[in-house]
Amino acid sequence: MSEPKMPAGAEPPDWTLLPPILHRHAPAGRSALLPALLEVQALYGHVPQPAAEQIAHALATPLADVHGVVEFYSLLYNEPIGQTVVRVCTDPSCALRGGDALLAAACQHAGVEEGETTPDRTLTVERSPCLGHCNAGVAVNLSSGLPARTTTYVQASPESLADLLAGRGQSPADQGSEDFVGGDLRVITPLCGRGRRTTLGEYEAAGGMQALRKALASLPPEQVVERVRQSELLGRGGAAFPTGMKWESAAKAAATPKYFVVNADESEPGTFKDRILLEGDPCRVLEGALLGAYAIGASRIYLYLRGEYPLALERVEAALAELRQAGYLGEAILGSTYHVDVEVRSGAGAYICGEETALFESIEGKRGFPRIKPPFPTTQGLFGQPTVINNVETLAQIPYIVLHGPAAFQELGTAESTGPKLLCVSGDIARPGLYEIGFGVTLRHLIENLAGGVTGGALQALLVGGAAGTFATPAELETPITFQGLRAAGLTLGSGAVMVFNDQRDLRDLLRRLGRFFAHESCGKCYPCQLGTQRQFEILSRLAEKRLLPGDSERLREIGWTMSDASLCGLGQTAASALFSAMKRWPELFEPKGAA
Amino acid sequence: MSEVTLTIDGRPVTVAAETTLLQAAAQLQIEIPILCYHEACTPNAICRMCVVEVEKQRLLQPACVAQVREGMVVQTRSERVERSRRTLLELLDSAVDLSDAPAIQAQMVDYAARPARFPEAERRSPPVLDDNPMYIRDYAKCVLCWRCVQVCAEDAQYTFALSFEGRGFETQIGTFFEQPMPATSCVFCGQCVGVCPSGALKPRREWLLEQGKRPDDILEQTRAERRRSRRSSPA
Repeated sequence: MSEPKMPAGAEPPDWTLLPPILHRHAPAGRSALLPALLEVQALYGHVPQPAAEQIAHALATPLADVHGVVEFYSLLYNEPIGQTVVRVCTDPSCALRGGDALLAAACQHAGVEEGETTPDRTLTVERSPCLGHCNAGVAVNLSSGLPARTTTYVQASPESLADLLAGRGQSPADQGSEDFVGGDLRVITPLCGRGRRTTLGEYEAAGGMQALRKALASLPPEQVVERVRQSELLGRGGAAFPTGMKWESAAKAAATPKYFVVNADESEPGTFKDRILLEGDPCRVLEGALLGAYAIGASRIYLYLRGEYPLALERVEAALAELRQAGYLGEAILGSTYHVDVEVRSGAGAYICGEETALFESIEGKRGFPRIKPPFPTTQGLFGQPTVINNVETLAQIPYIVLHGPAAFQELGTAESTGPKLLCVSGDIARPGLYEIGFGVTLRHLIENLAGGVTGGALQALLVGGAAGTFATPAELETPITFQGLRAAGLTLGSGAVMVFNDQRDLRDLLRRLGRFFAHESCGKCYPCQLGTQRQFEILSRLAEKRLLPGDSERLREIGWTMSDASLCGLGQTAASALFSAMKRWPELFEPKGAA
Repeated sequence: MSEVTLTIDGRPVTVAAETTLLQAAAQLQIEIPILCYHEACTPNAICRMCVVEVEKQRLLQPACVAQVREGMVVQTRSERVERSRRTLLELLDSAVDLSDAPAIQAQMVDYAARPARFPEAERRSPPVLDDNPMYIRDYAKCVLCWRCVQVCAEDAQYTFALSFEGRGFETQIGTFFEQPMPATSCVFCGQCVGVCPSGALKPRREWLLEQGKRPDDILEQTRAERRRSRRSSPA
């Protein structure tokens, strides 16, 4: 058994810290693998082999599988890294604000290449996929100390690097750096964007928890399902599946126990709505989840939160403590016979775990590989049991629907796209932030009236729906923001991200970033995506370097068609979506001659 | 048992309700190409070579797991299907050494897949792992079909010596902390070697013969290795 080599002067690992962790997690078996690994990672700075062996034994999990899980997740390491780890976001919106320059400055400061650790093991510098602070980039996650603590810094720059490394950067938790939240409506965001968490007491004072009280007092589960079904609420995570239909299917499933899962693995580049909801008003989301669990008869709620959101984690935990204290969680909730509890699960750096079945695999202690569907989650989901999984924003809508009824909800949107919608506006825009609108307003209204218009030049392009989304041109600004209106224009709403690019920006560079993102985040399970995202990234790199080879456009198309047609899950199926929309709108970008 | 009738490539066929499209096509002697699929393993539908076009379905469907339904209309060699299969083979060829995979080479001919279709492509070419007397692991030839991982686990041996390193394009089959095979739970049953479709796992003797070693040399070499290992073992 090889002891990890420690840097000069460092203390040998204190193995006495390990048994309490193992003891606490052992009853859950393999399902506790990711939580146990994350704790070990924080304690020792990586997952040392002896610790991995003990975890494997305690959780009755094969050694090779423990290793395989560590290898899968970006935030877990099987060899020592720096005492401080700097992760710099260079995805589209942060790139516009100098993400690459900051990354280069951090590398230069450390004297290493990206992804490397200094020889004295004080510092590791990494390029990070989108950290969900596109409205206030450049975003940086800094982990340091043992046990490691991660802090997010926003509006970082090469000039602020030294302060940042000293732990004096600007954090979203600081006074004056609150996220901007605006829009035409404030139905689900009235308590967000205030730079602090809304407490349970404040939420109740504003009418919160009334929907749950009403349901437990006078609405049987099937009536809650019926209200949600009649509201015609479509899922807000990106797939736009009817929420009521999911709930109905799981409610009717015979097998027990049933599970309710909150998908808070927000990772789509350009998207930060779920973070703002969970940081600003977590009780609203949790009330939605409690209503959902009640409606389908679930005994347990899992909230899977992406590992890159330390502040949201802290605030969700605080909200859960208040809810528990107030009798909204646990046994005999509000004096009823209903009981449910919530367990928060932290992700560990994998975009794919936002895919519902990959998320289940992750909770079950496995690599985040998406499953073949069917079977669908409502009949065989988490641990093979009937499961509903909903996005954070979807759940934030539920209290309003249950309390005010489907008709009131429908009035906030259009006939086919009902209710309010959150849009994350970032990039070259006067007021980047989160906007709540009623479905049906135009892209122009969002960009010009609400967000204050394009900065630094004329509008060149919008990227709507994130990396998996589609590009819109200035000529498409009159498109109404509805699922149907966007689809008719060849666009997709996706996660609700709207990234704005002025005419000074290089779209080829942007496409390379999207290509890198998918190549980095492909799980590697199915061939079209595992191989296609890599080849696509290579060709998009040539595009960005203006050295496309003859035939590259055709190669991109064939890879894209194959990924879209034949991939196993949504990641591969949409990995060429933005590229295809760019090829259609700006074919001249892809001419080898024009590029030479 | 209930039966369903469907149409594959314009020909009707009636099969049991639980049948996969792959099995239904086989009844009509229609061959659908497979790569990761193995009759002894749980199908995972990862290679997507067996995708077919099903009327009214937006996406191509993997025939190894997609089940038949009444009235289904299936095309096994439509233009979309051919394009996906051809591109998949070209992608695989751009990343992996397929010289020991005759079945895949034959598929490349069948689908007119162009070798070296992707210039300047990064290939997966890790060095050969020669760490035990029984078999070598040459992951430059690995197509990531997962069969070895599966037979090592619940599909056959319940040994659990294998998992994955990395993810995405960087994925490679591996052991706990990259330990050499004798240090793992491997029992040298040989089932992984038996199911490998691309020569990534190979009996060591076969590999040495390919290196140009004569049988006598191999015998001498392995004998010397055994002596060394006896001397170095504490017991």
